Amino acid sequence: MLDKFGIAKRIARELQDGYYVNLGIGIPTLVANYIPEGIEVVLQSENGLLGMGPFPFADEVDADLINAGKQTITTVKGSAFFDSAMSFGMIRAGKVDLTVLGAMEVADNGDIANWKVPGKMVKGMGGAMDLVAAAKNIIVAMQHCDKAGNSKLLPKCTLPITGLGCVKKVVSDLGVFNITEHGFHLIERAPGISTDFITEKTAGRLIINGEVPEMIFD
Amino acid sequence: MRKIVKNAAEAVNDIQDGATIMLGGFGLCGIPENCITALVKKGVKNLTCISNNAGVDDFGIGLMLQQKQIRKMISSYVGENAEFERQLLSGELEVDLIPQGTLATRCMAAGYGMPAVFTLAGFGTEVAEGKEIREFNGKKYLLEYAFDSDFAIVKAWKGDTHGNLIFKATARNFNPLMAMAGKITIAEVEELVPAGELNPNEIHTPGIYVHRIFQGVNYEKRIEQLTTRKQEHAR
Repeated sequence: MLDKFGIAKRIARELQDGYYVNLGIGIPTLVANYIPEGIEVVLQSENGLLGMGPFPFADEVDADLINAGKQTITTVKGSAFFDSAMSFGMIRAGKVDLTVLGAMEVADNGDIANWKVPGKMVKGMGGAMDLVAAAKNIIVAMQHCDKAGNSKLLPKCTLPITGLGCVKKVVSDLGVFNITEHGFHLIERAPGISTDFITEKTAGRLIINGEVPEMIFD
Repeated sequence: MRKIVKNAAEAVNDIQDGATIMLGGFGLCGIPENCITALVKKGVKNLTCISNNAGVDDFGIGLMLQQKQIRKMISSYVGENAEFERQLLSGELEVDLIPQGTLATRCMAAGYGMPAVFTLAGFGTEVAEGKEIREFNGKKYLLEYAFDSDFAIVKAWKGDTHGNLIFKATARNFNPLMAMAGKITIAEVEELVPAGELNPNEIHTPGIYVHRIFQGVNYEKRIEQLTTRKQEHAR
């Protein structure tokens, strides 16, 4: 079973040279730590920055420079600032190559729920609905099951929807799944995890074609 | 050209109970601190506030919530505020949560003189309830209306006596959009200079959108999530 760093590391293998990438809060943020050697990726922060860098050293903290998680950050060479309309404009227009975000539930048709739990204080969707509605390539980083062991890869989302039919790929602690018209297509297993175990833990339609390889980490 | 006002108190002096006001900023970054303080002091009530967030309990818009000055909040994310939650649950406060990009674009539309825009965001979700839907090239879009706001209050880094504004880093966020969208726009700036001293090539918001401007004082610029890395990690 992968820990959150393993999930992030596996997602980083999806990055390609020249990609503009939006990383959501949580596990997706960790992907930035595993960008493969030799490729250049530009990170978008939807509060208005392309070219997000690492956290600042203590003596270079700038209150006017934060990411979408409201954390202090830095910029890298070649960065650019813009307003929030342009930021979501470039997302809507499909300029951002890859969006990585977390989810509470994903359905086998690509629906995603990640903003609201009935009965709990609603904090708001922030930019999640804009991102999932418009991004051309969305990878979800998530735990396969909830704390009680119930699958979060479902035939249909039970929580309020964030977006319909938008997720292209799921990387969970158990495996990598492409979303196809026939459901979750298992393409890689986490190290040491059997297809039987994945079948048991996946409530949505699951497609397993022949031998499924274990994940490879560079 | 008489846009300069003395201070925040003068800038917000004619904001009445029941007004709709936009407040720039993302989290606590780029918020109009001086005007928020002035609005709290003035005690104006029953406000509808359009702002991406609602501050924290003891800073930003949270200060106005503490004084129960806000009747309705239009935001995309309001998670950092216990008093907000209390007022919402008790029914004292109404909240309209809308996607962040939709919020930004509804400000932009107002500033560009467009009554409405179509966006994909929220289709198939509860955000779409009751909204007009149109299909373009096989995709379904929601009709979202431009905001209609009595005042917009923004914070800029530099400004001049004609109201031209320059923003800094990610403190830009919603500020230029809201500046365009208010019937009356108030800008507080860290540095106010005579017209001619800012490079016209570098202006983010042309002064035509700004009605009142003043140099703010004592900016705290509180940080919500201080994150740093250690010096031994080489760059």
